[in-house]
Amino acid sequence: MMGGVRILLAFVALAAGLAVAPYVFSSGVALTMMSLMGVMIIFALSYNMLLGQTGLLSFGHAVYYGLAGFCAVHAMNLIAANKLPVPLPAVPLIGAAAGLFFGLIFGAVSTRRAGTVFAMISLGLGELVAAFALVLHSFFGGEEGIAANRAKLAPFLGYKFGPQIQVYYLIAFWCLVCIILMYAITRTPFGRMCNAVRDNPERAEFIGYSTQRVRFQAFVLSAVFAGVAGSLAAINFELMNSQAVGAATSGQVLLMTFVGGIGHFVGPIIGAVLVTFLQISLSDITKAWMLYFGLLFILVVMYAPGGIAGWLALHRPLLRGGRIFKLVPIYALTAVPLAALVLGCILFIELAHHMLVEAQSEGPTLSVFKIAMNGAKIGPWLSALVLFIGGALGLRALLPRVGDAWALAIADSSGKAAA
Amino acid sequence: MLELITFSTLNGVLYGMLLFMMASGLTLIFSMMGVLNFAHASFYMIGAYFGFEISRRIGFWPGFLVAPVLVGVIGGLIERYGLRRVHRFGHVAELLFTFGLAFVIEELVNMIWGKLPVDYRVPPSLDFVAFRLFDTTYPAYRIFMLATAVAMFVFLLVILKRTRVGLIIQAALTHPNMVAMLGHNVPQVFMMVFGVGAGLAGLAGVIAGPALVTQPSMAALLGPILFVVIVVGGLGSLGGAFVASLLIGLVQTFAVAINVSLADAIGSSAASLFGELGRTPLAQIAPVLPYLLLVLVLIFRPRGLFGTRET
Repeated sequence: MMGGVRILLAFVALAAGLAVAPYVFSSGVALTMMSLMGVMIIFALSYNMLLGQTGLLSFGHAVYYGLAGFCAVHAMNLIAANKLPVPLPAVPLIGAAAGLFFGLIFGAVSTRRAGTVFAMISLGLGELVAAFALVLHSFFGGEEGIAANRAKLAPFLGYKFGPQIQVYYLIAFWCLVCIILMYAITRTPFGRMCNAVRDNPERAEFIGYSTQRVRFQAFVLSAVFAGVAGSLAAINFELMNSQAVGAATSGQVLLMTFVGGIGHFVGPIIGAVLVTFLQISLSDITKAWMLYFGLLFILVVMYAPGGIAGWLALHRPLLRGGRIFKLVPIYALTAVPLAALVLGCILFIELAHHMLVEAQSEGPTLSVFKIAMNGAKIGPWLSALVLFIGGALGLRALLPRVGDAWALAIADSSGKAAA
Repeated sequence: MLELITFSTLNGVLYGMLLFMMASGLTLIFSMMGVLNFAHASFYMIGAYFGFEISRRIGFWPGFLVAPVLVGVIGGLIERYGLRRVHRFGHVAELLFTFGLAFVIEELVNMIWGKLPVDYRVPPSLDFVAFRLFDTTYPAYRIFMLATAVAMFVFLLVILKRTRVGLIIQAALTHPNMVAMLGHNVPQVFMMVFGVGAGLAGLAGVIAGPALVTQPSMAALLGPILFVVIVVGGLGSLGGAFVASLLIGLVQTFAVAINVSLADAIGSSAASLFGELGRTPLAQIAPVLPYLLLVLVLIFRPRGLFGTRET
């Protein structure tokens, strides 16, 4: 019962947060970014229904997002041309229907097997659709894509959804609805069966469930939510091009979901918010931001398979036991070499990138973190090296101690709970 | 017509052999370690860029010899210090690791050599016309590529079937635990196979670079096709990979050469039946064909053409 009230409170807080956000971050850039975050949250959560909850690694999730987006764009154009009485807020339902349709077709083909075979089929289907997207110009619009005008639709309660702020609230509304629905699904017996199929398919078969069927249902549901996300993206950008169904989009959703953490419901939300934020803010600062993303992803795969949410979850018992402050000194201490290591890496990558690609046209001077330096001199390279090696050595000495401190704090807080 | 068939067959076989140079390594790695190496085509790309860099500074032939070895060493190191660490988290983590690796390698190449194609040329010693048939010339470099690929194929076959190392590799494919019991260092065998597979892909890159375009997207363009090849051929089957490579190579080459649409072939009813697809010439649909083949195989024969197991 207590849990139910807490979750209800969390959703109320989320709704309030979504409603207040545009007043806190009121700039145009922030509004655009938050709209995109809302879309990506739905997309990443729908992806985690497959990867996190059912254990299906898909390399072609963008197919449902993109195809639904194209369907939404065509639907919007059709509605506007024929003056049909369909308001803009209902368009995501069209996206959901498109997701359902394609999910049923492709899901029937691909969910027969789990594991690596599923991953390969999803990749193949993704490439198939991406290849078709370049051939079928009437549906996908070729290179320039298909545009639509969201303000041409019938007004809804007097709103025409021309300004970005109205679109933000539309996305926020659908985002909230989808989060609640997807969370509810994880709490149903079906959601639990998905977990069972992920963890032990053999035993799931023995208690009388068809694993194939559970996978298929989870796949279709996930495609429906991806469809909602795709249609919201279509509304947000008023444009869809063939990149939306491509491998890059599929890779991006995998990346943000995994970095956020696939083991917890909030993981993909964290990942979507963080990656979208970094993507928009980093792409202005550095041209090597994709490289940083890739490195971050590999580090998470190698050292923190639980993602950010998994790392945060490690601290929950400490928070409950009131022993979280015990970790502060060691974290503060570890932050120093970690920062040095990261700084060294960034400096090195930026220097290398500048000297190898841009130096011929722009000269050897560059600025990293607003500090100007000359890449042709040895000074910056040496400092990068010192930072990197110093950071790596310091981290190597400190990391075991972090684990010890954590274990000690856990023992302490559980001892307190027992007493 | 005869001219078209002759040259398309030649080019198709050539493309197929190139695919096989990569698919053979990929399928060996997969059947031994259960790792579907997403970054395999990235090794091909690294090979091409290393070949370019060395040929620019020293010459083509040193690059031809050194670049694949370098790529192989890099592959071995990645297996030893990356993949082996991730191994304990399961197959999904391994797949994700190689996926991230492919991403990072593409960005690194972008960073070092830029986004535009580099000028990787056919060496002057091979830049002549090999023969002339029906008024069309055939470059010697392509014959050289074909010869290299065939030599590689024979080399691989001899190693696998006629040497002691090959025997251990074959045994480790099916019974890794038993091989370990007999005192062989299975992780080391894995590292070697991964390295040699990467090196083979690198060699394919070195010789394909001048003939095709050496650019940062070359891995992303070829990678999915490789998966098609090993699935269609049957996972873990070298013979299947060979047949599927040739099949895909020929299908791709012939489809590009034939400028006929469905509407031309079966009359105008195709246009009403298939819509825009009916009117599009086959040459434009060519990129779709491998994936169509993949999906059909997965639906009707999940084991692939020559596969013995389903996963």
